[in-house]
Amino acid sequence: MRTTKQRETEPSLEVATWRRRHILDLDDFAREEIELVLETTDAMKEVLSREIKKVPTLRGKTLVTMFYEPSTRTRVSFEQAAKSLSADIINLSASGSSVEKGESLIDTARTLQALGADAIVMRHYHAGAPYLIAQHIEVNVINGGDGCHAHPTQGLLDLYTIREHLGTVEGVRMVIIGDITHSRVARSNIWGLSKMGAQVVLSAPPTLLPVGLDASAFPPIAVEQNLDRALEGADVIMPLRLQLERQKQGLLPSIREYIQRYQLDAKRLAKAKPGALVLHPGPMNEGVEITPEVAQGAQSVIEEQVTNGVAVRMALLYLLMGGAQ
Amino acid sequence: MPEKVILDEEDIRRALTRIAHEIVERNHGCDGIIFVGMHTRGVPLARRIAAYIKEFERAEVPVGILDIGLYRDDLPSLGLQPFLRPTSIPTDVVGKRIILVDDVLYTGRSIRAAMDALIDFGRPQSIQLVVLIDRGHRELPIRADYVGKNMPTAIYEEVVVRLKEIDGRDEVAIIRGEGQ
Repeated sequence: MRTTKQRETEPSLEVATWRRRHILDLDDFAREEIELVLETTDAMKEVLSREIKKVPTLRGKTLVTMFYEPSTRTRVSFEQAAKSLSADIINLSASGSSVEKGESLIDTARTLQALGADAIVMRHYHAGAPYLIAQHIEVNVINGGDGCHAHPTQGLLDLYTIREHLGTVEGVRMVIIGDITHSRVARSNIWGLSKMGAQVVLSAPPTLLPVGLDASAFPPIAVEQNLDRALEGADVIMPLRLQLERQKQGLLPSIREYIQRYQLDAKRLAKAKPGALVLHPGPMNEGVEITPEVAQGAQSVIEEQVTNGVAVRMALLYLLMGGAQ
Repeated sequence: MPEKVILDEEDIRRALTRIAHEIVERNHGCDGIIFVGMHTRGVPLARRIAAYIKEFERAEVPVGILDIGLYRDDLPSLGLQPFLRPTSIPTDVVGKRIILVDDVLYTGRSIRAAMDALIDFGRPQSIQLVVLIDRGHRELPIRADYVGKNMPTAIYEEVVVRLKEIDGRDEVAIIRGEGQ
């Protein structure tokens, strides 16, 4: 995804071939596009390693975050990314804004556009909300998580973290454990990893697996309900947060049973390949889907995921807003 | 398009060895010097000059790599984003003499961006500039301290630097573009 563009002022400037206006999910990303994001992230990571973590690239650009759902890392991560690139950032939350007065999603987005936003990051409890506003406004839209549907920037930062540690994503066996049905992280990861040539294995009780999970609905993925078997030969393991607030629907007999069968502890981790990476999209319920020992253990890259998240989001902001609109 | 070779492999070697000697002479040795090569072709040029200095001074001079993509002043007008590669400055630049290396000096805008980028790493004692070719047409008040060859050009001409490490051979050529 790079070409040499002949220009008057500089004969051999390598430019990135990037034509995407919105980041909504990874399902329509080409492999080359993902690679370009990951390579651009390498450059951003270097910026974050400096004493002064700031470059002037996006001076005069404004990023607005619209969060209709709570978030710590995604919102702060976008804020940090924008600030490191010298963009201005405005944080809007549903409470305290005209959303409370009943302003529609589209009108809110149009208002933000009229106020001079160059890009909008949106998190919404309804799947598809960012797609809706992307149809009605000219500015770049980034999906910061929509319902149970997609969380593309998390998918990209997970890919980056895996590539950083294992050198490649191709051929990697990744096991995702837990509440797949309600997990937008799992969905975006399935798309991203499959495109990059990894094998995804899902391990969960049947009630937490989406209905209609077959090769026609998703890229080819494997399901192994027995976690011990799923972990054999795993290079990467990602237990998902057991969304306790959703478990009142009676999908699990008891949390205790879930812990017995699906908690990632040191004994289970030993069944994976030596040195297998442990990822977690956060926030964690330590003692439920993962033991504190594993979460803070030598194989955990959970904190790095957070750091890499800033670099990946810088790369996306640069690719979306760095050139002409 | 007609292409005219203006420097061959030997010419480039001689120019770089001369520059290596000039750097050591001007800086009274090579203490506190860091080479910084600008992506893409400034990097092998910087490495070669450092290697020549190692030959005759028996001193190891650190070589860094600088990508100026994040500091360009033409991003909005460019339409497409420059492909970014990681910058890597091997040591602390504070108080050091930085020798910035690029292949062609033209408008001076890349060098302006490079200086901004370097100063973000700290306050060097000085920044000096090496270019293999100075082709004129400056748009900013910038000049090189060490020049391989001054090559007056017309604005429609293009200077192409080819280096073994990247292009498989060493030469500098002028291509006459449209509008001649």
